[in-house]
Amino acid sequence: MADAVIIVALLLVAAAATTAVLVRDPVRQALVLAVLGVLLAVLFTTLQAPDVGLSQLAVGSALTPLLLLLTVRKVRRRGRKEGPRR
Amino acid sequence: MNRRIRLWLVAVAGTALAALLVAACLDLPDFGGDRHPYGDRAVDASLARHTANTVASVNFDQRAFDTLGELTVLFAAVVGCVVLLRQTRDEHRARPEPEPVARPVRRYALAVLPVALLTGLYVIAHGQLSPGGGFQGGVVAATALHLLYLGADYRALERVRPLGLYEAGDAVAVSAYLVTGLAGLIGATAFLANTLLPYGTFNTLSSGGTVPLLNAAVGMEVACAVVVLLARFLDQAVEIEDPTGKGSGTP
Repeated sequence: MADAVIIVALLLVAAAATTAVLVRDPVRQALVLAVLGVLLAVLFTTLQAPDVGLSQLAVGSALTPLLLLLTVRKVRRRGRKEGPRR
Repeated sequence: MNRRIRLWLVAVAGTALAALLVAACLDLPDFGGDRHPYGDRAVDASLARHTANTVASVNFDQRAFDTLGELTVLFAAVVGCVVLLRQTRDEHRARPEPEPVARPVRRYALAVLPVALLTGLYVIAHGQLSPGGGFQGGVVAATALHLLYLGADYRALERVRPLGLYEAGDAVAVSAYLVTGLAGLIGATAFLANTLLPYGTFNTLSSGGTVPLLNAAVGMEVACAVVVLLARFLDQAVEIEDPTGKGSGTP
């Protein structure tokens, strides 16, 4: 039973991580990253590491996507003002 | 260094790293085995010092010096972020105008905020007893505060967040960790040695000697660091405008 949960969690993590690489829009990437953070937290908890799971949940699924979204917003604001530079 | 040499360097270094990793993996114990020599010793050491959460014991007692290193990394990262994202001379601030927030979002954010904040503080306070600790709780408490940005607007967040206080709190927390370590050096045997305070009753909030103190210092440091970090990013994303032209300036 526990093995089945671990295998499912591993597969979901692999799928989410692949999606995060394949999605090219940074905003969507941030959202996929948040989902990946939750899945990793589940994986860590099933592997009996709830401390790491909690860190992953707080940092990976809340803080990192938030910082990414704020950065994207700043960059887009600049791009909108100056027109396409590249 | 031209492109060709760089590619060669990457290929050689990557192959070497891969070989080392494969060699290391071949020597690993089997997945999910029942023999954990290091785990057994860590649990023994943690129980001897009345710390219910072995992970907290490893972080703040057996490997407290490592945690000091991590604390320093986070502190340095925040200082670097503050320096890099400061307002330069030719940039100016535009006050973001309040924007209407959808009522369900506002209701949800304001209802969850106190719960999340309390959860964060609980996770910090019970770090030496149950899974969690200063780092996890600090991040939860700090991000909980930012629900105010979702539920109200940026100016409401700025009002409950005197940034100077959090910057000072960050430094004070790192100093508190250092001072606790030095107290171990002066009063007991070694830097960060957990032999100074009584170990207390097992599984109570005050058990574990210096573990709860170091845990609280880390909680304060991480909470302040995350608030300062997010504040700098939010300032850049919402308030600070580039010298050329005008930005949108919405909250």
